[in-house]
Formats: sequence, C-alpha cells, structure tokens
Amino acid sequence: MKKITLSTLFFFSLITLVIAQGYQVGDQAMDFKLKNVDDNFVSMSDYPDAKGFIVIFTCNHCPFSVAYEDRIIEIDLKYKELGYPVIAINPNDPAVSAGDGFDDMKKRAAEKEFTFPYLFDDGQKVFPVYGATRTPHVYLLNKKGEALKVAYIGAIDNNHQDAASVSEKYLEKAVNALLKGEKPAVEFTKAIGCTIKVASK
Amino acid sequence: MMKKTILLLLLVTAQISLLHSQEVSVLDFQKFRPYLEKNNDTTYVINFWATWCLPCIKEIPYFQQVNDNYSDKKLKVLLVSLDFANQIDKRLKPFIEKHKLTPQVVLLNDPDANSWINEVSPEWSGALPATVIYNKNFRGFYEKSFTYNELEQIINQRISN
Repeated sequence: MKKITLSTLFFFSLITLVIAQGYQVGDQAMDFKLKNVDDNFVSMSDYPDAKGFIVIFTCNHCPFSVAYEDRIIEIDLKYKELGYPVIAINPNDPAVSAGDGFDDMKKRAAEKEFTFPYLFDDGQKVFPVYGATRTPHVYLLNKKGEALKVAYIGAIDNNHQDAASVSEKYLEKAVNALLKGEKPAVEFTKAIGCTIKVASK
Repeated sequence: MMKKTILLLLLVTAQISLLHSQEVSVLDFQKFRPYLEKNNDTTYVINFWATWCLPCIKEIPYFQQVNDNYSDKKLKVLLVSLDFANQIDKRLKPFIEKHKLTPQVVLLNDPDANSWINEVSPEWSGALPATVIYNKNFRGFYEKSFTYNELEQIINQRISN
C-alpha cells in the first residue's frame, strides 16, 4: 500500500515537473481551441493542409512584442504560402495586464491589419503547457503524420530593437530547414521579453 | 551680500546636482560582464528591469529600500535597465528622477540577447524582471518578482559583515 502511494506521488510529481517545464524541442505539442479576434474559435486541426505552424505567444502591451509586429506579419505572409502559417496567442491575464484584453486585441489586430489569427488564451490554459515564459516566445511546430512536433523554441531573430540590424533570423532559418526536410541547425534560443502576466494567487 | 551670494550659489548647485541626479552608462554585454564577476567582500544585488515592465516597476522601491537599509553594510545594488537605447532620455532618465533612484543604474544595450542571457544565468529564460544576488561565496538567480521581505531574507543569509 505504502509503495503504491509513494509511486503515485512520484508519478504526480513527475507530471507537475513536466507541465512546469513545458515543451522541449522534439516533444509533441497539443492542439488548442481558442477564440480569435474575429470571434471564431481556431484550432490547428482547422488547417489540414499546413505542414506545421509558427505559434507565437505575444501580446499588445509589451514593447518587445510591438517591435516585432511588422516582422511577424512579414513572416506569416512569406511562410503561410509554404505551409507554415503564424498563429499568435496572447497569454496574459488582462486583469493584471492593462491593454491586453480581448477588445484591445481586436483593436490592435485591426490597426496593424494582422494577416494571422490572434487568439486569446482565455483562462491561461495553453501557455503553461507549452512552457512559454515571455512575450514574444516562438514555438515552431512541424507536422509528422497526425502529430505536431516542436522543432524550434525561442526568439524570432537576434535584434529586437532594429529589424535592419538583424544578422541572424533564427525562426526563418528554422522554417527553411524544415522546408528542406532538415532539422534546424539552431533549435533553441533565448531573448529578453515581458513576463507573461498571471494574477497572483 | 557676499554671504547671500554664496548661499544662492550653493542652492543653485544643489538644484543642478539634483536635476542631474545620475548619469546612466550605456554598456554592451562585454563591458557589463565585470559587474557579474566581482570577487570581494561585497554582496551584489543586480536587478534586470525596464521602465515599461510593470512587475519591475512594482519591485523597484524594494531595491531602493535595500540600498538605503544596507548603506552601512558591504552591499551594492545595481539596476540594469533593458530599456531600448533610444528611450534613455525620454523614459529612463525621467523615471530615475521621478522616483529619485539612488542605486547605480546602467543601460545594458546589447540586442543579441541570445548571446549573453546564459552568461547571466543558464536558468534565465529572458523574462523581466530577473535578479542576481551574489558574493564570493554565493550566487543566486531569480526570475521572479520580489517583495522586500524576500529580498531581505536572502541578503541577511548571505551578507558578510
């Protein structure tokens, strides 16, 4: 009996550990069903023809996210044709993150004419599973049969301040590798960003 | 008359020094790195923040408080701003003046963050705020928001008198 309790405990602590850490490259990513700024719900299963997805946790208020808006539009336009559309997700709790409410998202998406879905992680159920910690935070997913495998995690490129000074386009290089059927040479990068805002318990 | 002039002069100088409360050095990571590698009797409390980062601004007063309350101890608070370099005059300096921040503030201007985040700490995902507390015997990294009590607790455990 004791043994069972202990192993059950161990099992559950293992699960919490996995959830707390989020995805690593190579892990299978879960699909989601989240509300888009056009009020329709979006899942990755809605895109049977996609080869994968560029999932970007981003938001309205964060200056790093704002600095990347135009680049995210460009990346979406370039890669959705090739089978890798962008899906943006706002992971913040608007109660503790001014400017990140669903109506604010609608407004920003209209102003910037986002070409990609901009979804609201209502209840903050998705970002912890992925393990996102900041905005923007990219998860590049690659379809293998029915499964979505994480192929790259990290930054969009190596200069948030100035698109013209970028010397490494990490995300684009990773997608280009997938398009050639190769593994991205750089699978994981870090970047400074805004913390994802969660109401303190 | 003479006395009055001197007094006036003193007042004016005092005001000027208040206005120019603090010069902010702009450093790339190479130039910043030595702040993470001091090897002496001082305990260093290094907070990474930005004026636009709400949780950072909330905890900044606690770092000021640590700075004030440990002024007679071997402790140094350093506030490392990650504001965009073109916002230094528009945002960073006014913020420092408004909040009368007295710990040293530097601006870490090195956009290729992937090249240096791990050197601050491999545990750091890159989210702000983040804090390093270290001395020659101890190094702690915290990707979280602090309360004053939490800061005090860590410092009291680690500081050498």
